[in-house]
Amino acid sequence: MDFIQIYVGLFLLVLGLIAGTLVEKLHYRRIKKREIGFVTLPALTSRTVIDEHDVLRSQLALGSAVISVDYFKRFAAALKQLFGGEVHSYSTLLDRARREALLRMKENFSDAHLFINVRFETSTISSGNNSRIGSVEVLAFATAVWYREDSPHSIPTPLDR
Amino acid sequence: MILTNTETVPGLNVVAHFGLVQGSTIRAKSIGRDFMAGMKNLVGGELRGYTELLQESRDQALKRLTEQAQALGANAVINLRFSTSSIAAGAAEILCYGTAVLVEEPSSHAAELPRHDHGSDSHSSQQDFGV
Repeated sequence: MDFIQIYVGLFLLVLGLIAGTLVEKLHYRRIKKREIGFVTLPALTSRTVIDEHDVLRSQLALGSAVISVDYFKRFAAALKQLFGGEVHSYSTLLDRARREALLRMKENFSDAHLFINVRFETSTISSGNNSRIGSVEVLAFATAVWYREDSPHSIPTPLDR
Repeated sequence: MILTNTETVPGLNVVAHFGLVQGSTIRAKSIGRDFMAGMKNLVGGELRGYTELLQESRDQALKRLTEQAQALGANAVINLRFSTSSIAAGAAEILCYGTAVLVEEPSSHAAELPRHDHGSDSHSSQQDFGV
């Protein structure tokens, strides 16, 4: 009986390691590709805009993502908690969630000229029977700003290559 | 209805405050979604069911907030904040709150400006007095 449990545990660890690494790699590739497309659309944490009289309209923009960590990384993090120190497996999880949320916010309002007052809100989702932290929700929100047509700010700055 | 998370609406003047408005919703996950999420938890990656669930509940909370603001006669809500708290395992409350205000184009309300200046003057003089 005990052997079966060990085998199942090992199988899940190997599955988590292989599939999890693959999923993360693909996700990072997708994130980087989309981030390049949004280089000319700035998202600022400042609360005001320059030349406020040139603003045509503004609106709340939201973007969120729930990302989960794989079985192997959860196991590795549990081991790490014995010794302390930085838990790398969770830092990539949060990094992915945050970048994905910000990208979705930009994709929802891709015609805006600027995002101001960008804020992140992170919350963990407890997964019912086992209360170990496995997934996080990140919400990115900001105020999307559109400038008037005749304003110099409405022309996107060309990339310096 | 204009919603922003900044203290002002860029390009517009705030002419009246109506105070705090809020909208909240408490949602539970369904068993079907929970099962799929449990499977996805093994390999990691995005839990699309949860993303949609939270998005729907956030939209509903925002809808309740705008209804409340409209009932007060506001045309904008500024300084919006969000907060999520898990009540029990499998249920979460999503709350959004902000300040309901009335905004107008600055040109149509030039006469309003001196009053604002006076307000800020008295504020600064109070600060001087304190020092």
